[in-house]
Amino acid sequence: MEALTDLLSLAVRSIFVENILLSFFLGMCSFLACSKKVETALGLGAAVIFVLTITTPANWLLDNFLLKEGALSWAGMPEVDLSFLSFITFIAVIAAMVQLVEMIIDRFSPALYNQLGIFLPLIAVNCAILGASLFMQEREYNFAEACVFGTSSGTGWALAIIAMSAIRYKMRYSHVPNGLKGLGITMLMTGLMAIAFLAFGGIEL
Amino acid sequence: MSSPATEVKSDAPPLFVFDKKTRRIVTDPFSENNPITVQVLGICSALAVTTQMSTALVMASAVTAVVCGSNVVISLIRNWIPPQIRIVVQLSVIASLVIIVDQFLQAYLFDVSKQLSVFVGLIITNCILMGRAEAFAMANPPWQSFLDGLGNGLGYGIILVTISFFRELLGSGKLFGFKLVPAALYEAGYANMGLMVLAPGAFILLGLLIWAQRTYTGFVEET
Repeated sequence: MEALTDLLSLAVRSIFVENILLSFFLGMCSFLACSKKVETALGLGAAVIFVLTITTPANWLLDNFLLKEGALSWAGMPEVDLSFLSFITFIAVIAAMVQLVEMIIDRFSPALYNQLGIFLPLIAVNCAILGASLFMQEREYNFAEACVFGTSSGTGWALAIIAMSAIRYKMRYSHVPNGLKGLGITMLMTGLMAIAFLAFGGIEL
Repeated sequence: MSSPATEVKSDAPPLFVFDKKTRRIVTDPFSENNPITVQVLGICSALAVTTQMSTALVMASAVTAVVCGSNVVISLIRNWIPPQIRIVVQLSVIASLVIIVDQFLQAYLFDVSKQLSVFVGLIITNCILMGRAEAFAMANPPWQSFLDGLGNGLGYGIILVTISFFRELLGSGKLFGFKLVPAALYEAGYANMGLMVLAPGAFILLGLLIWAQRTYTGFVEET
């Protein structure tokens, strides 16, 4: 039971308190580029949740059974330390997973594929995906925590981009100074949103 | 130049010479075509590592080194990369260079490398690298690509250093870890601006910086 509450608090923490976008700045590029329309934001958000849910546990398995110091002891090589290879392994897993997910969705749900289609390749270079794997490695989560962390980081990211696209929709009818148009005003609004999310910081779990 | 066989085409940029066109490749990204404020690339790390000037400087040099290296390597092999798998090839070149930089930082600058934590690894997905590889190095010879990488790395560095200057000075009253704000000022009621150290301060500061820079250059984004 205690393990379950721990997982729940990890989920709430990574969705709201330590939102991967608003407090670690990960995935800003696609956040800025794809938040102009709500539909686009929804599609990209869903795709990010999906890919993060798969890649974080997959990278956990690789890290613990292949890369870590002593991880190869099941193969009779306990002194091998391959941890310097983790960056390239993680990014390869992410790129491969994105490709695989793209093919699976195309095969089984063409309607969803048509919605997500153009965003899926973009996800391979989204820092939030690689960032979640690297945080998982640095904070030494166990397997269950890695699964929960992946899904809830994705959810937090999706939440932020959907909220931002709704605000930008409103923004079209506002009179913004020339130099501030586009990127400038979006950064200021993201700052205000981050302040709002700081309010979750006081929650004790 | 006397024999017709060795005549250089007049429009081809001479190698290893800083003519006007080549110089623009380096200086353009400083302001008019800045990777962060105009091209909107590589914002993630620009905000995350700027609470102190020392981490910002190390990060800027690391990114400059990687973007120069990856631009040169990708430009050298650009004619052999099959178009369908170019993203994977580019990613693996970049990831290998980032591993080298990471090992270097862990060996010689361990404290800073600990502070940067995952953000060294995240240079791989820094959009500046993929963006420059795709937009410039895939179509240009190595020397020009190197200069383009240098220019974009430095342009990125300028923004990083500017943001971290304000965040460290206003947020903790220090620069490079040295106390700058005199103690008398604190006694008179001055307080550090805690918001600057937190995430929202970075977003707002970058927003204001973009505003100032775009007003100066007169760049207006289509919305």
